[in-house]
Formats: sequence, C-alpha cells, structure tokens
Amino acid sequence: MPVSLIEGDSLLAVDIGAATTRAVLFDVVEGQYRFVAAGHAPSTAEAPFKDVSEGVRNAIGYLQNVTGRVFLDTDRVLVTPSQPNGAGVDAFVATLSAGPTLRAVVVGLLADVSLESARRLTETVYARVVDSIGLNDPRRPDEVIDGLLTLHPDMVVVTGGTDGGASRSLQKILEPIGLASYLMPAEKRPSILFAGNQKMETEVKSMLGTLASSLHFSPNVRPSLETEDLEPAARELARLFVNVRKRQLKGVDVIDAWSSGHILPTGYATGRMMRYLSRVYGSAKGILSVDIGASGTLVAAGFKGKSTLGVYPQFGLGENLPGLLNHTTLENILRWSPLDISVGVLRDYLYQKSLYPSTIPATREDQAISQAIARECLHLSIQAARRDFPSNAASLNSRLLPLFDPILAGGGALSDSPTPGQSLLLLLDALQPVGVTTVILDQNNLLPILGAAAGRNNLLPVQVLDSGAFMSVGTVVSPAVQAAYGAQILRARLTYEDGTEARSELKFGTIEILPLPSGHGGTLTLQPAGHADVGFGPGRSGQIPVSGGALGVVFDGRGRPLDLPSDPVRRRELIKKWHWTLGG
Amino acid sequence: MQASLIHILPLTTITRERLLPVAGRVTARLNQKVSPTDVVAEAAWAREHVLIDVAGALRLSIPAADRLLRCKVGDNLPASAEVAVGRGLFPKTVRAPKEGKVIAAGGGQVLLETGETSLQLRAGLPGNVIEVVPERGVVIKTVGALIQGVWGNGRIETGVMVNLAEKPDGVLTSARLDVSMRGSIILGGMCKDAETLQAAAEVSVRGLILSSLFPSLLPLASKMRFPIMVTDGFGSLPMNSAAYRLLSTNAKREVTLNAEPYDRYTGARPEVIIPLPVTTEPASPQDAEEFAAGQTVRMRRPPSVGAIGTLITLRPGLTLLPSGLRAPAADVKMETGETVIVPLVNLEVVG
Repeated sequence: MPVSLIEGDSLLAVDIGAATTRAVLFDVVEGQYRFVAAGHAPSTAEAPFKDVSEGVRNAIGYLQNVTGRVFLDTDRVLVTPSQPNGAGVDAFVATLSAGPTLRAVVVGLLADVSLESARRLTETVYARVVDSIGLNDPRRPDEVIDGLLTLHPDMVVVTGGTDGGASRSLQKILEPIGLASYLMPAEKRPSILFAGNQKMETEVKSMLGTLASSLHFSPNVRPSLETEDLEPAARELARLFVNVRKRQLKGVDVIDAWSSGHILPTGYATGRMMRYLSRVYGSAKGILSVDIGASGTLVAAGFKGKSTLGVYPQFGLGENLPGLLNHTTLENILRWSPLDISVGVLRDYLYQKSLYPSTIPATREDQAISQAIARECLHLSIQAARRDFPSNAASLNSRLLPLFDPILAGGGALSDSPTPGQSLLLLLDALQPVGVTTVILDQNNLLPILGAAAGRNNLLPVQVLDSGAFMSVGTVVSPAVQAAYGAQILRARLTYEDGTEARSELKFGTIEILPLPSGHGGTLTLQPAGHADVGFGPGRSGQIPVSGGALGVVFDGRGRPLDLPSDPVRRRELIKKWHWTLGG
Repeated sequence: MQASLIHILPLTTITRERLLPVAGRVTARLNQKVSPTDVVAEAAWAREHVLIDVAGALRLSIPAADRLLRCKVGDNLPASAEVAVGRGLFPKTVRAPKEGKVIAAGGGQVLLETGETSLQLRAGLPGNVIEVVPERGVVIKTVGALIQGVWGNGRIETGVMVNLAEKPDGVLTSARLDVSMRGSIILGGMCKDAETLQAAAEVSVRGLILSSLFPSLLPLASKMRFPIMVTDGFGSLPMNSAAYRLLSTNAKREVTLNAEPYDRYTGARPEVIIPLPVTTEPASPQDAEEFAAGQTVRMRRPPSVGAIGTLITLRPGLTLLPSGLRAPAADVKMETGETVIVPLVNLEVVG
C-alpha cells in the first residue's frame, strides 16, 4: 500500500558549496528510502568556469561512475523522469551556498523590535548587513540615498509596523530607498523583501514596485509587538536569495529549472530539517546542527517546535577569513592549536587562504592552523546564535550552552577531518556542550539536502535519517563543573546489553572513553562528585540509556566553561593529550 | 579534474575590456590604435544628492506642493534658485541650497544631484580597439608578455620597469628607492614595512610589482595612488620563478601595470602586460584546462607556497596526505629536482 504519493521514485540532490559541489542519490531499497551514493566535484561558480552547472554536472558524472547509472544525456542535461532503460531520476532538488556574501540593508522602525527581527531574518541567508535604517536614524534622507548608492546593496529587508498599525513612519523611511534605487542602473538595483505591516502592501507596490530588481512580500515578522514569526518571511527571503544568485551566477537558472524551482539556500534547507526534527524527535532538550564551510558557519537549533537559524558568512573558512580578525584576535585562535605557531604565520595564513578557499591543508602544521580557525569560527558562531535561543530553553546554567541532544555536525571542516576523534574534539572545544548528548557526524552533508528533499517527498528524510546514513560519533557526557586539575568529578558505570560492565573515574581536566560500538546500547550510571552536574542536578546521580558510536561513550571532564591553561606549553601538551585520547 | 589557471606567458595575444563604472560617452573608435594614456571614454557623475522637502517646507499637501514647483526634471539650478514659491501675501520660497541638476520632482519633493565630477578612462595598454561597448568603453587587443598576480590595489599605470629584485626572494626596502626611479615601475621583492611604501610614494614611482606583502600593510597599500601588484601572496613569500624570470628579463621595457583587484567570480586579476613586437599574432591564453602530466604548476598552499614545478603523474583515487586528509593528488617535480605529492586543489596550472 503506498505510503507516499511518489513512493518508489528516485531522487537526486545536489549541494552547491563555495568549494565543493556534492551530488547524492536516494532510492528505494527493500521498501525504504536509502542514501545510495554520493559524488563530488570542485564548485565552478568562480572563474575560469563561471557556471555553477558545470560543477553540478561533474559531481553527477562522478556519481554516474560510482553507481554505474546514467543521469545525464549526451548533452549533459539531466534525464528526468527516469526512463524505462533505467536512465535518469524521478526528482531533483538542490541547495546552494556558493557565491559572494550578499550585501543587505535592513529597514525597520524600532532598533530593539523590528530592526532586530530584520537582522535575525537576514541571518537566515548568506548575507552581511551593511546598513541599518530605522526610525531614530540621525541621517538626512539625502544622506541615506548617498549611503545606499555607495553601498550598492544586493537586497533590502523591510520590517516594521504591526498589522493595521500606523504606516506613515515606515513610508517616510522607504522614500529614500525608492529614490536610491531609481538612481541606480537597472541591473544593479536591489531586491526588496517587505515583511512589515500587511496593510501597506499596495502602498509599497506603488512606491517600490518598478524600482526594485524584484519585490517580494511575506507575512509580517511582527504582526504584533509581542509576537515574532520569522518562518514565512524566511521562506520568501530564501526565494529572493535564489533570484539574486540567478542574476549573479551563471548556471543557477539551469539548476533551478532542473529542480522545478526546488532549489534552496543551504542554510534555509538545514533550518527546515531542524524544525522538522525538533517536532518529531523533540524532547525537553533542544537539538542542534552546526555546519562549518567555506561560505560560512551555520547554526540551526530546534526547541520543541520552535527553531532558530543563523548563517554567519563572517565566520566562514573561505574568502571572508581576513574579516575574522574584526571579531577575535590571533591569540584567541592560536589558543586552540596543539602546535607552536606564531601570530605572524597565522595572520599570513588567513589572508593567503582567502585567496584560495578551495585549497586543503597538506601538512600537519597547516592542518593544526586550519582546525584552530574552525574552532574559533564555530565558537563565535554559537555565541552569536545563542542571542536568539529562547530564554526558557532547558539549561544547567544560564551562562552555559542550553542542553542539546543530539548535536549534528557537518561541513567540510568537520566531515573531512582525518578521524572522528578530531571532529569530536573540535565540536567539544567550540560548542562546550553540557550534560549528556549524542554527537552525530553528517559525513556526506546530507542534512540540508534532506531539507530540500522534504519539499518534494516528505517520507524520504524520515526514512533516510533512520537508515544509518549519518555517523554516530558517540554519547558525550560533559559535567558542568569547575574544580582543581586532577580532582575526581564523576564516577561512571556502563552496563552493556550482555550484562558486562565497564567503569570510569573522571578527573577534572581529562577526557575518558568507554567503548560502545555503533549499533549497540547500554545503560550508563553516573555519580557526580561535589556540585558537578550532568543533568540530574548538582551532585545528583542518575541512570540513562545510551547508544554507541565510532568512539563509544566519551566523558569530557574539562569543565564548563572550558578554561584552557594560560601557559602555552602546558596548554599545547594538554591539547595533544586530549587528541591522543580521542584517537589522534 | 578541471584546473585553476594563472597566466604567466612570454608571448600571447591579450584582449582586455576597459569600461566606465557608470554610463558615459565612448571617445575611441573601432579599429583605432591607442596608446596607454589615450582617453577612450569619459563620464560625468554626481557625488552627492540633495532632497528638498517642498511640501514640508511650505506646509502643504503633496499635490498642492507639486502644483507650486518651478523646476522640472533635467533643469540645472544655480545655488539659491527658486524651487517652489508658496501662495499668499507673503509667500514663502523654497530655494536650492546648492547648484545642481533636478533628477526627480514630485511627491512633494525635489531631488538634486550636485558636485558633478568628470571621469576620464584611459586605454591603459597599447593596442587596437576591436570593439566599442556603447556608453561604457572599449575592448583593446595587444600582443606581449602577460604576468598575473594575486592582489592589486585597483590602479593602473604605464612606465619603464626597473628591476630592484636581484633574486626572487629579495626584500624591497626604502633605502633601495631614490629619485632616479621617479616615473618608473619597480620590480621589487617582498615588502615588509610601511616606510618602503611611503618612500615609493615620495619618489613618485609609477608602480610596484611585489612578490609578497605583509597583511598589516594592506590598508596603506590600498590607499597608494600608484598601482601595486602582488604576485604570490601575503607574508614573506619569494616571487615564483616563472614570473620572476619573465619580469626580470624584460626590465627596462615599457610595461602596463593594471593592479585590478582579484575577483574570483569574474576572473579579473592584477597583471603586468609587456607589449612586444611580433610578425604573427600568437595564440590567446587558455581559459580552462584539465590537469595533465607535463603541465607547469604552482603550489597554492604550504609546503612551498608559490613554488613552480612540473606535474609528473596524476595519482589514482585518493592519496593520504601528511595532514591526515585524503584527496586526489599528483606527483610534482619541483625545480630543485625533488618530487612531492600535492593535492590537486592546491595546484594551479601556469599557462
């Protein structure tokens, strides 16, 4: 009996990143959707290729070689739907993060209300806010016009006004935006999203309709002062983003046509998947997804159906790297390195890597620098994302990260790590999770792809998630505690399914592992010492079922917040020791 | 696998667009022979705008204010010109605060553009105009050597190239610069201090070609009024041997240094063009190439950033690197004779 209207259909998905384009095939195996294979190729948004569809065709070509199936015809055009001879696929979706960071201007009335919503909305796509225009802006209208003409924004996000509320103030703010657009060459005018007072739609159309590159409307992000609902506007902004990319990058229109419009910004697709997961699997804890790539770092979180999404191009590992120093210091980055690296070498690295975002570390030192930067980018991203987490999210301490289970991690810096231990240590350092959490590695970067696929086939993501396509690194226990180095903070007993037991005594400043292979489960009994808290309350013991993973059960006894030794020699020794404990 | 390319060529046909940033008038003709200093297009544009709120000043409704406007789009207004005059026994007059051109009038407001400046676009390189882009500029073709870099400060100049870099890893210091280099384009090495850039400005050089630049000097280098091109990157990097050989052997020739910022999406790169006389037109540079044995390649990542080598073999499958990563890679024979394994994404083809 069919459980989906398109059950049995194969689906090909591509993710077009700044550095790499991935093609992934899903098909029905024994009555269930499965991740079949993945292919990848360097992205081709940049010169000399200047056509993203080339990279897509190359990645699909790789997939053809891996699977022995044919997806492209002799003209390298996607064959869809699938043919009687087995060639082609039934459905195709795409996600996109390649391309330059968009320049965005946010417009609203009050700085703490609508402008804040506009900022949050803009953070759902790969954009950088270059100007903010509000009711209390001290600039004259002509100064705003000249500012916009200098900045040449790619998009303007307008919020403000409650539905049916006053419109005159917002109208006054929009006038210079319309005039600035009028003065720009037609091909350089910004796309505009209006997500404010719904009663103003006709007025906004007459003011800006012919002056914007494209004018989009969405439901009000602030229908009332107390309520914020970003999702409908984020959906429209995702569409606007793709429209801008179609103008900027050759080949996006081809992929959009192949997917029948099912192309989404990678961040938005991930956010969609996290909303879904938090509804289906949501517990008292939140769920968290992080992705560190060349285009940016992405943090998506779900809290019982409420979700947040932050895309931070300023913390990407590609062309924006020199700008990282506007947010942190060289010393802050180097504190994560296991090797003795000078600030000069690091500074040169940041600038040199920005020239060649798709390059990879070939030496140990280069890898150490790369991983230190990834840690700092993720650390800064989670700090930025925390501003938007709900205040009632479950946590052990308001200064620490809320409780999350599971944590899903993807992106080149994590999925391409030489070992799962290196990926895990990067996550533990940067995120500093507390309590008990499962860490899952999205090695094939499937999460955004599943988010895009959900728009065509709502059964596929569920079945693929349950099929083991993701790699469980293990269960991590991170007590919230501060103690003297070497002091005992936790006793743990892991009872395996066959009744045998393994024990660990965790000392402050150390990491320990109890083996528990993937596919196996066990019961973990935790006895914190003193005021250490693993989620049962300070000093309180408890028992929980745990599942295995590549590393088993990992105990992170380094305390929260993580306080690395200030002595660089001792710090590097400890980092090496932690690396070694997690398998090097 | 498709390769990234950087052009370092002793003799090639070079075709370059020279376009205004805004619409203007093209002064060059099709098939015209141009020298680097010839003006090929010009434009005028306003630096600032003045928005006059007529309705607000006269305290009238928008339609009423619009009826009282005494100017229309396209009018050039002197400072204090009447923009609108109110009604009554003692009518209030709204005047233009400064000289400007009316570019929008209506909705109770008048928008003036003021502070018009003119822009002249020079050919920048010697050659023939092979295409006129209406209102924007021209496409010029020339023949000569082409050396591309990785960073430029957005300026362009032509001058005689003077070689101050005795070897690829030389350091350019302020002590090497003197008044005899005025009007020259300097082939330097690494630049490590602000004094060198300031000395170059004081001497009035026409440009600097550097192997590398300290990142801390980027803001200053960006502000310099003469072009600066970096061939290999940031920090203390020697000049790649292919670029050094070509540049140093062409010292004392007139060169065009177009320090156009590197734009990875359009493919624009800073470059040196050395016009050379030929009897037959050589081939244009390749736009794209697949990696293949025998190619000259340059390393883009440690170890040996910027070093030139020859691709010996493409390794099958994925290769384990000292970093622990696995990636498609190639065996590359360096100029020292040593053979190293390099991931393909860390290579670019020189050609």
